[in-house]
Amino acid sequence: MTRQERTAWTFTAPVLAIIAFVLILPTLLALALSVTDYSVYALADWANLRFIGLGNFTTLLTTPLFWRALGNTALFSVVGVPMAIGASLLAALLLNDATVRWKPLWRVALFAPYVTSVVATATVWQFLLNTRYGLLNYGLSLVGIGPVDWLGDPRASIPAILIFVTWKIFGYNMIVFTAALSAVPQDLMEAARLDGASRLGRFRHVTLPAIGPTLLLAAVMSVAGFLQLFAEPYVMTQGGPAQSTVTVLYFMFDEGFKWWNLGQASAVALILFVLILAVTLVQARIGRRYEWL
Amino acid sequence: MAVTVPRARIRAILANAAVAAVTLLTLLPLAWMVTVSFMPRGEANHFPPPFWPSRWSWENYHELLVRRLIDGAWFDYRMVPALWNSLGIAALSTLFGLLLTVPAGYAFAKLRFTGRERLLRLLIVSLIVPGQVAMLPLFLIFKELGLVNSYAGVILPSLAGIFAILFVRQATLGIPDEMLDAARLDGASEARIFGSIVLPLLAPIVVTLALFMFLGSWNDFLWPLIILSDQHRYTLPVAVAAIGREHAADGELMMAAAVVTTLPVLALFLALQRFYMNGLLGGSVKG
Repeated sequence: MTRQERTAWTFTAPVLAIIAFVLILPTLLALALSVTDYSVYALADWANLRFIGLGNFTTLLTTPLFWRALGNTALFSVVGVPMAIGASLLAALLLNDATVRWKPLWRVALFAPYVTSVVATATVWQFLLNTRYGLLNYGLSLVGIGPVDWLGDPRASIPAILIFVTWKIFGYNMIVFTAALSAVPQDLMEAARLDGASRLGRFRHVTLPAIGPTLLLAAVMSVAGFLQLFAEPYVMTQGGPAQSTVTVLYFMFDEGFKWWNLGQASAVALILFVLILAVTLVQARIGRRYEWL
Repeated sequence: MAVTVPRARIRAILANAAVAAVTLLTLLPLAWMVTVSFMPRGEANHFPPPFWPSRWSWENYHELLVRRLIDGAWFDYRMVPALWNSLGIAALSTLFGLLLTVPAGYAFAKLRFTGRERLLRLLIVSLIVPGQVAMLPLFLIFKELGLVNSYAGVILPSLAGIFAILFVRQATLGIPDEMLDAARLDGASEARIFGSIVLPLLAPIVVTLALFMFLGSWNDFLWPLIILSDQHRYTLPVAVAAIGREHAADGELMMAAAVVTTLPVLALFLALQRFYMNGLLGGSVKG
């Protein structure tokens, strides 16, 4: 072994060992766990563990709450991604305007919610969304909209949580989009302006094609994020009202660490994994397609 | 006759006003969190919601942070232990995280060893495994090892920094090989090359990474919630969630808890925001 090789292994072996131990090994074990009936009895004594094949998966298919969780998570993603990406893009476009001063200041301020603890800010938003004393309903009452029972009405609970999530995360993609916008070819923009293209026309035909790939990639990555919602419903609604905010991960947590059905929960985890994997593959495809553009 | 203002100037004023308005709206929840936390108990429960305390009071912080004797028994919300736990856990996972990933990232970028490319591909592939999949079996493994409800149990999974390795590798690729080879010709040892040449060049990236790690650990919720069962070991987010379940109606108290949890990291972020933003854009790993 060369000197360089020895050093390389000294530098990499410790962290690789930890990765193998806390990530790779447990992921393989999750596969094994998902075909067992691991429950509170096995937790007490391994002898109670039985192999049940795909039993956990077939049970899941007939569990209404699991389908509910899948549906809720899908709804979170379908509504949440356009909301979050739209907010990020609007903020980035505003910031990108040449006449705006003190840009670094605004950028940091708008990004600030992203670095805060989800639990703490979810607690804050629980009160902002309060039906009687909340700031949001107060604002709505000023424009004549009656009080909305944000976290108590099953039809309002998902939008309510999404308002919070959008507020919390839009700063991240705003920064990404700001960088993409600064790469929009200025000579093309100038040419379009001279040709008399409207503001909207310039956005549609110059800006959008230039930032399109970034936008698409951010959207797909956001889907993966929305599939992993947990702390928000855990803190703000505890899955309610009427199970309207039970997400896949929330279901997994309850199944695993409230009822100790770790076999069942592992099956849920694997399904979540497959969903995220599908999203990642779409993302990789998009990445490949636009690399040579 | 009104003074005519050029169109471009009106546009500039409007654009600036719009940005200022959006920023104000974004910061409003955080500002409200702070002002409500200083309101006397029950004051926030009014309509229209007050934004400014009628008198500034520390009573919520006092109740939250100070141990009191109630009916002959000591009672407290265990926020002070939680603060120390969060601080200690975040500091240790940052320190160990850096010690483990910075040399590894450098090795993957600049040192030649057999299997390097294959390992690198493996690391990138394992990035797509969501951590939640590993959590259930990991809990059982840690239970067998007696790591449940321990600080080590919280910290250990955070040290599997695949993203951090790739982040450091990306930054290290920019260092010219000639520089390192020249040092080798001069007889410098590999450890010395890393310590005296590479590390100083990587300093800004290391600060960025440390910030990412500290904030990530401080804000982490799901795993600490799973692995910690003793209230005295809770980190801040776990403690705040637990207090919130019982005191959901006490707005002022919960805002004080939120302030204690968010303000330290917000201050840290503001102090080092240049490094954070550079990390987000410059040295970021794509995909």
